[in-house]
Amino acid sequence: MKRVLEAVVVGAALATALATGWAISQERGAPAGRVPKPAIVQARGDKCVEPVEFMRRSHMQVLLHQRDRTVHEGIRTKGHSLKGCVECHASAATGSVAAEEGDFCRSCHSYAAVRIDCFECHASRPQAVAGGVKP
Amino acid sequence: MSGRDAARRQFLAWGAGALATLTIAPGVLLLRPVHGRAPEQAVTGKARWGLLIDTNRCAAGCDACVTACNRENGLSGATRETDAQWIRKVELRDPRTGRKASLPVMCQHCEHPPCVDVCPTGASFRRADGIVLVDKHICIGCRYCMMACPYKARSLVHEPLADQQPDVPRGKGTVESCTLCVHRVDRGERPACVEACAAAGRGAIVFGDLNDPASAIARRIAQYPSVQVRADLGLNPGVRYEGI
Amino acid sequence: MEIAYREIEGRSGAYWLLLAVLAAVTAAGLAGAWAMEHHGHIVTGMTNQIVWGMPHVVAVFLIVAASGALNVASVASVFGKDFYKPLAPLSGLLAIALLAGGLAVLMLDLGRADRLVVAMTRYNFTSIFALNVFLYTGFFAVVALYLWTMMERRMNRYAKPVGYAAFVWRLVLTTGTGSIFGFLVARQAYDSAMLAPMFIAMSFSYGLAVYLAVLIAAYAWSGRELDAAMLRRLKNLLIVMIAAVLYFVAVFHLTNLYFARQVAFERFVLADGGIYPALFWGGQMVLGSLVPMAMLAHPRLGAARGTVVAASLLVILGGLAQMYVTIIGGQAFPLELFPGVEATSSFFDGRIHPYAPSLPEFALGLAGIAIAGMIVVLAVKLLRFLPERLDARLGESS
Repeated sequence: MKRVLEAVVVGAALATALATGWAISQERGAPAGRVPKPAIVQARGDKCVEPVEFMRRSHMQVLLHQRDRTVHEGIRTKGHSLKGCVECHASAATGSVAAEEGDFCRSCHSYAAVRIDCFECHASRPQAVAGGVKP
Repeated sequence: MSGRDAARRQFLAWGAGALATLTIAPGVLLLRPVHGRAPEQAVTGKARWGLLIDTNRCAAGCDACVTACNRENGLSGATRETDAQWIRKVELRDPRTGRKASLPVMCQHCEHPPCVDVCPTGASFRRADGIVLVDKHICIGCRYCMMACPYKARSLVHEPLADQQPDVPRGKGTVESCTLCVHRVDRGERPACVEACAAAGRGAIVFGDLNDPASAIARRIAQYPSVQVRADLGLNPGVRYEGI
Repeated sequence: MEIAYREIEGRSGAYWLLLAVLAAVTAAGLAGAWAMEHHGHIVTGMTNQIVWGMPHVVAVFLIVAASGALNVASVASVFGKDFYKPLAPLSGLLAIALLAGGLAVLMLDLGRADRLVVAMTRYNFTSIFALNVFLYTGFFAVVALYLWTMMERRMNRYAKPVGYAAFVWRLVLTTGTGSIFGFLVARQAYDSAMLAPMFIAMSFSYGLAVYLAVLIAAYAWSGRELDAAMLRRLKNLLIVMIAAVLYFVAVFHLTNLYFARQVAFERFVLADGGIYPALFWGGQMVLGSLVPMAMLAHPRLGAARGTVVAASLLVILGGLAQMYVTIIGGQAFPLELFPGVEATSSFFDGRIHPYAPSLPEFALGLAGIAIAGMIVVLAVKLLRFLPERLDARLGESS
């Protein structure tokens, strides 16, 4: 229960921050700020595992839910895993989702000024690039 | 007895299941139930994973298991006092008799792990199938588990890391230890150290389900004497040793 | 006679200088904590063998002393010695300040200090650490309430029951602190139920020593009167507390010496271990216990302020030495995975682990003391903690 609550709180905070950032970016006639607008890197594959609008707001809830299922219950389905995100969204230029300013995760997070705490521990590159052999 | 002979004998002793896991490519296994579990199914207490280490087959100076562990889990392999070591080769010598033994020591995956008891946030936990892990998302880096572990199995990551293995997230300020290669176990493979030991022609480490009386490991510990390290503490580790 | 509590003036240059020094030490400690947070624990002397270092030595000392500092107040309200009543508010203040200093150090030392909220929202109740989170926060609340009942006249009649609660709480709290080590079954140095009562005895001694040093300094620097009879009683109490600690330490080591499996560890910490026996005998025993006892017991010099302050400071230093021996020494001695067999490995099995504290962790440890000091120095200026005059007749007639 506590975990769910925490996930909701964190998710809500992130969603609010992102939504605010988004709203500001959409505002018509707003002067061009010093912060570059997020550039969404084209991902591999036809479409995301969930609708884009849902993912923009709720990706963190999805990730948190999957994280606990993976770590504690050993469920390693690809759909909602961080590894899955990285495999599709790593940029062609850097091979990563968070190495450079323009990479998928960083571009939005920089814009919304929300720190990403994932890639201090998790690989931001898909398996093959990270040096391991793709299974 | 040469190492190769030993390995062959070991192979013969293993059950068909173990052989199958060896010969089938890991990628193929991904698509089928792993160790009898569908990918979307939560791990249960039906199985309890363990290791049996035959120190008679383990040679001083061989560190194939250590190297394989480091590669699999993205450890640097450096051995300063601040570096993480998930598995280490320990050389033993009985001062009274002069008898020597060499064996790998890693997290012993206790049934009653002290590290889990002392962890203030519950980051240190025992998975239903007996694998003791750290949920690094909620580890605060207090190191109480390192104080409590009788096997010196845990390490704190002392420095920022980069280029981690995608299956093995590791990060500065959190505590970590042998995961029994949980990511491999979850896709039906054996831990990297076990594979490496077999590949080196020694086959000193058997991996399997302690709860399944038909498994190679369960049959062997039922038939031949084996010991748990610091058995006096009553922690019932999932790792057992022969020949010490 | 009414006890008149009054804020100290706190406008002198010396007051601001003291505050500035304490603030500077705190800032240095925060810088050290930042370095540990930014670069990781690689900047400390702590390793995967010595996992708790200098910050823990100071923090555990402060936490143990915190519960002991409350004793003077407990003596006044729990044991009904009115004589000690005017001394009680300072006792409560010190308890809060020392605990805050100690906890700050512990939290800033965490590998992921940024996850404090995790520590505050997730609990594993089999962990002494998790229980201590409640014991420590509860202690703040109980002592704050206790201070209120003592300092607000209309609340005075509740002082006794609340004082009881605080007294029981502090005993449980120190038991919890001692049990952090006492429950570590695998380590030769710990794994003993003796640690909990021994920590309680130590808390009485260290807490009272801190109390006496602060009391005398505060009265001397603010030019207030401190009665000699009062000081005599307190210093005699300190002699008893030091003796109690000596008793527990003796029993602890004698028990260990009797168990064959513990002899190697005892030999290490009492004879062969280099710095640890030196700190044990020289620091904890001679300078931290025997010398201050002799000083305080001296018929002529014993009650002189200078003697009491010096003896108290020696007890404090002895306490820090004891924590160093207990915490660092206990880890430096290798874990025995294979009893009776010699073990070597790349992970330093079977070897004495070296430890050299680095500047950042030293600074962090000192910051704990400075934080406690700042709380006291500010509180006595802002609130009425100190009686204007302290003489022996005060408490008895009130």
